[in-house]
Amino acid sequence: MSKSYFDETHCAIGHPKSTFMQWMLTIDHKRIGLMYAAVMFTFFFVAVFTALMMRLELYAPGAQFIDGDTFNQAFTLHGVIMVFLFIIPGIPAVFGNIVMPLMIGAKDVSFPRLNWFTFWLYILGCIIAVSSLWVGNGFADTGWTFYAPYSLNTGTNVIMTLVAAFILGMASILTGLNFLVTIHRLRAPGMGFFKMPLFVWGIYATAWIQLLATPVVGITLILAIMEKYFGIGIFDPSKGGDPVLFEHLFWIYSHPAVYLMILPAFGIMSEIIPVFSRREIFGYRTIALSSASIAGIGYIVWGHHLYTSGMADIAKVIFSFLTFFVAVPTGIKFYDWVATMYKGKIVLSTPMLWALGTIITFAIGGLTGVTIAMVGVDIHLQDTYYTVAHFHYAILGGVVFLLFAGMHYWFPLVTGKMYSETKAKIAFWMNFIGFNILWFPMFIAGYLGMPRRYFDYLPEFEIYHKISFVGAIIFITGLVYMFYVLIQAWRKGEDAGLNPWDATTLEWHMPTSPPPLENHSKVPYVDFDPYEYKNGHAVVKFDLETMKRID
Amino acid sequence: MSHEYVPEIAVDREGQEHEVQGWQDDMYGAKLGFWLFMFTEVLMFGAMFMALTYYFTLHHDDFLIASSSLNRVLGGTNTVVLLFSALTMGLGLLKMRHGDVKGAKLMIWATILLALVFLGIKAVEWTAEYNHGVFLGLDALQAGNEHSKPFGQILFFGMYFTMTGIHGFHIIIGIGIMLWLLKRINAGKVTPEHHILHFNIALYWDLVHLIWVFVFPYYYMIGAGLTGGAH
Repeated sequence: MSKSYFDETHCAIGHPKSTFMQWMLTIDHKRIGLMYAAVMFTFFFVAVFTALMMRLELYAPGAQFIDGDTFNQAFTLHGVIMVFLFIIPGIPAVFGNIVMPLMIGAKDVSFPRLNWFTFWLYILGCIIAVSSLWVGNGFADTGWTFYAPYSLNTGTNVIMTLVAAFILGMASILTGLNFLVTIHRLRAPGMGFFKMPLFVWGIYATAWIQLLATPVVGITLILAIMEKYFGIGIFDPSKGGDPVLFEHLFWIYSHPAVYLMILPAFGIMSEIIPVFSRREIFGYRTIALSSASIAGIGYIVWGHHLYTSGMADIAKVIFSFLTFFVAVPTGIKFYDWVATMYKGKIVLSTPMLWALGTIITFAIGGLTGVTIAMVGVDIHLQDTYYTVAHFHYAILGGVVFLLFAGMHYWFPLVTGKMYSETKAKIAFWMNFIGFNILWFPMFIAGYLGMPRRYFDYLPEFEIYHKISFVGAIIFITGLVYMFYVLIQAWRKGEDAGLNPWDATTLEWHMPTSPPPLENHSKVPYVDFDPYEYKNGHAVVKFDLETMKRID
Repeated sequence: MSHEYVPEIAVDREGQEHEVQGWQDDMYGAKLGFWLFMFTEVLMFGAMFMALTYYFTLHHDDFLIASSSLNRVLGGTNTVVLLFSALTMGLGLLKMRHGDVKGAKLMIWATILLALVFLGIKAVEWTAEYNHGVFLGLDALQAGNEHSKPFGQILFFGMYFTMTGIHGFHIIIGIGIMLWLLKRINAGKVTPEHHILHFNIALYWDLVHLIWVFVFPYYYMIGAGLTGGAH
C-alpha cells in the first residue's frame, strides 16, 4: 500500500516526530485545506446554533428567553462568524487549497510556507474574534457591518472584533496572493489559461478580488479603531466626520466580497454539471470570462447598499444600472449550465442533486437581488426580511449549497472513501426542503414590512416566523445528518477508487487514493480541454505512473 | 532548500520535452507575489488618501491652518533622508547583482542607518508636537473641552498621526527585514545568483519611500502658503 498525504508530510520547521506536530506545522496544501475545513465547519455550527437561538426567540411576539441586547449580540455573532470566519475563507481556503493545485498539475501552491503562516493568521483572527465574547463588555452588538457612528459609541467590545476582522482580512489577502502566483506560474506545461478547469478560473477571479478589495476594508477598520481609541472624528458626524464615508469604504470591499464568495462556488458548479451530464461544458470561454467580468463589474456596484443613506440621486441611478449589469454574466453562466445538461447523460448522484438544487435556490436569490437593485423598490425593502431572505438564498442557497456540493464531489478524492448515496440524498432533501420552508416566508414577511434585526414584532407576522421555525428545525436536522453521514463514511466507508465519477480533470488522475504527498507521480503535458466527453465517456486517459496519455 | 532543485520534465505525445516550473526556485513567481503584495499596500494607503482628500474638501481652511503649523524643515529633511536611503538600497541591489557582496552589505547598513535617522527626526518632531499639546488622546485633539481645536484640525492631526504612524511602522518593519537580510547574506543563503530576497526588500523599501513622497506634500506643504509656518 503506497503512502498518502495522511501518512507523510513536509513541515514548515524541522521534521517533528509526533503526528500532532506534523499536522500543526504542515505545509502540504491538502492538509492545510482539511484543517481549514475542520475549523470553518466548527464555527459554522456555532453560528447556526446562534441563529437557532434567534429563531426560538422569534417564535412568538414579545420576549421569550433572551433580552433585546443579547439578541443584538446574537445576530452580530452570527454575522461575524458566518461572514468573516466561515464564508470569506470558505471555498478558496478549503477547495482552493486542496483541489486547485491538483487541477493544474502542481506539486503545491507557490508559497507553501506562506500558506501555513496564513492558516495560523486565520486561527489567530478566530481566537481574537471569539475571545471578545468573554473579554470586556461583551460581544459587539453592531451587526457585522460595524456601521458608524453607532459602532463608535457603543460600549461593547467592538475594537477586538475589528482587530479580528482586520487579521482575517490579511489572511484572505495572502491566500489570494498565493493562489494568483500559483495559477500564473505552476500550471502544468501546455495548460494555457483556456485549458484550465473552470473551478480554477473561479479561484483566479476570486483571488483578484481578495487582493484588490480587502486592503480597503482593512484600513477602514484601522481608522475606526483609531476613532474609537482617540476620538479623532473620522466617521463621527458629531465631530465633523462623515459616517457615510465609512459605509462607502466598507462596501467597496464588502460588496466585491459577495462575489468573492460566489465565484468559486460557480466554479464548483461548472465542475459538477459537465461531469454528471457526461458532456462537454457548453460555452467554456463565456463561463471563464464571465467569472472575470463579474469580478470586474462587482467592484463598482457597492453603492446599491447606500440607497437610503442620502447619496445623490444620480449616483443611485448609476449604481442601480451597474448592479443590473452584473446580473448579465451570472445569467450567461446559468444558461451555459442548463445548455450543458441538454441532451446529456445525466447521472443524479448527490453532488449533482446539490448542484441542481442550487440552480433553483440561487436563481431565486439572484432574481430577488435584481428587484432590490431598483432604487424605488429598495426604499421599501431596505433592511426588511425580504433583504434577509434574498442574501440567505444567494449566500446560503448559493455559496454554501455549492460548498456542500463540492464537499460531496471531492469527498472520495480527499478521504479515499465513498459515502452512502441513499443517506446523502436523504440529507440533501432535508436540507433543501427545510431551507425553503425556513427562508421563503421571509420574502412575504419582509414585503409586508417586517424589519430585520428586530427582536420583537407585530402579531400579524407571527405566522411567518412560526413557519420559518419549522423550516429551521428541518434544515438543522438535515445539516447535522449530512455531516454525520460523511463522518461515518470517512470512518467506515468503502474505498472509493481512483475516479469514482468518471471525471476528466487532472485531480482525478492520482496514482493513489487518497493522493500522495507530492500529488501526481509525474507532471502531465496538457494538450486537451478540461471536460472532454464522447458518447458519455471521458476521452482522456492516463497511465497513472508515467502520466502519459493512453487513449 | 539546501540541496539543488532539479526541475521535472513533462513529455508530450510527440515526445517533446517541457520543463516544469516547480514552486521551488521560482524567482519570477516570488517577484510577482511581492508586486501583488505591494499593490495591497498602495490600496491601503490609497483609501486613507481618499478619505483625506474628501475631508480636505469638507474642512478646507482648517486643514490649511493645521498643515501650516507642521515643521517643514524637519519634514523636508526626512524626505531627503528617505530619498537617499532609497538610493543606497538601489545601489546595494546593483552591487549584489554584480557579485560585490561586501559592497552590497555596506549599502544595506547605510540604508538601515538612514532609516534610523528618519525615525530619530520623526521622534523629535512628535515630541515637539506632544509638548505643544498636539497629540493623539490629548485635550487639543478631543472634541468638547476648552482646549479643543476645531473639528477640521482634529481630523487633520488625527489622520496625520495615523498615517505617519503607519508609515513609521513600515520603516521599523523595514529595518527588521534588512537586518534579517544581512543575516541571510552572511549565512550564504542570499548570493548574487539567488538574491530574490534582496530584490523584494528593495522593492518594499521603494514603496515605503514612495508613500512618504505623497505623505509629505499632502500634510506638510498644503498649508505652506499661510504665514506662521515652521516653528
